[in-house]
Amino acid sequence: MTAPKKRIDVKLEGNLESVELAEELVLRIAVAAGFDDENCHRIGMSIREGMINAVQYGSRLMRDKPVRMSVTLLVDRLEIHVTDSGRGFSLADVPNPLSEENLLKSSGRGIFLMKAFMDEFDVRRSREGGAEIVLMKRLPTAPPADAP
Amino acid sequence: MAFQATPREIGDVTLIDVSGRITLGEGSAMLREMLRDLLGKGQKKIVLNLGDVSYIDSSGIGELVSGYTTVKNQGGELKLLNLTKKVHDLLQITKLYTVFDVHSDEVAVVRSFH
Repeated sequence: MTAPKKRIDVKLEGNLESVELAEELVLRIAVAAGFDDENCHRIGMSIREGMINAVQYGSRLMRDKPVRMSVTLLVDRLEIHVTDSGRGFSLADVPNPLSEENLLKSSGRGIFLMKAFMDEFDVRRSREGGAEIVLMKRLPTAPPADAP
Repeated sequence: MAFQATPREIGDVTLIDVSGRITLGEGSAMLREMLRDLLGKGQKKIVLNLGDVSYIDSSGIGELVSGYTTVKNQGGELKLLNLTKKVHDLLQITKLYTVFDVHSDEVAVVRSFH
């Protein structure tokens, strides 16, 4: 069930233009994979938030500090990895935007939205030391994860 | 669709018709500037009509929150009108729906200030 059908790897400049580019690319793949409008919106926004995180905190908006993105379409899921050039971070250190003291803050919702919109979400440390965001969405035609 | 924000006066209320995307690098900064200008002119009753907003990201949500608190801190009120399903859902899951005063009728939202 996990043999790759299609995979694309891209190296993007560490700036805001790359956010739009990555979102557009992944949306095209999501549409072709059969996701409906609602899920395409959720996938697109998750990529956007992951890329914003990567270029803002990893690349510090410097174009020569690249972000690597891999998009893999498998038989049962779409998997995206966004790896930045920063120093990485731990999910445990990310404040909860829903807590009362953070609710009216003007930032800090990106990680929360990725978690909410994707079927699986994780942050790892890449071999180079940057953050590697892993996003997964099951294909509409895939059986549920808890199916026998 | 590119971000656009067009203010109009209804009595002492300023209603801003917003359309397009409110995202980092697009609408967020423009919306912030417009709210700052209005506050600078003493306008403190502000409605954002989001009926034609096609997309909003976490930066855009942050801008709405920031606008809400800035206006409130200056003794004014910022209300929202005509949320699309996407914006409504985003405000629900981020628990912000109950923070904002949200309306679906223009006459009612203007009347709600008085």
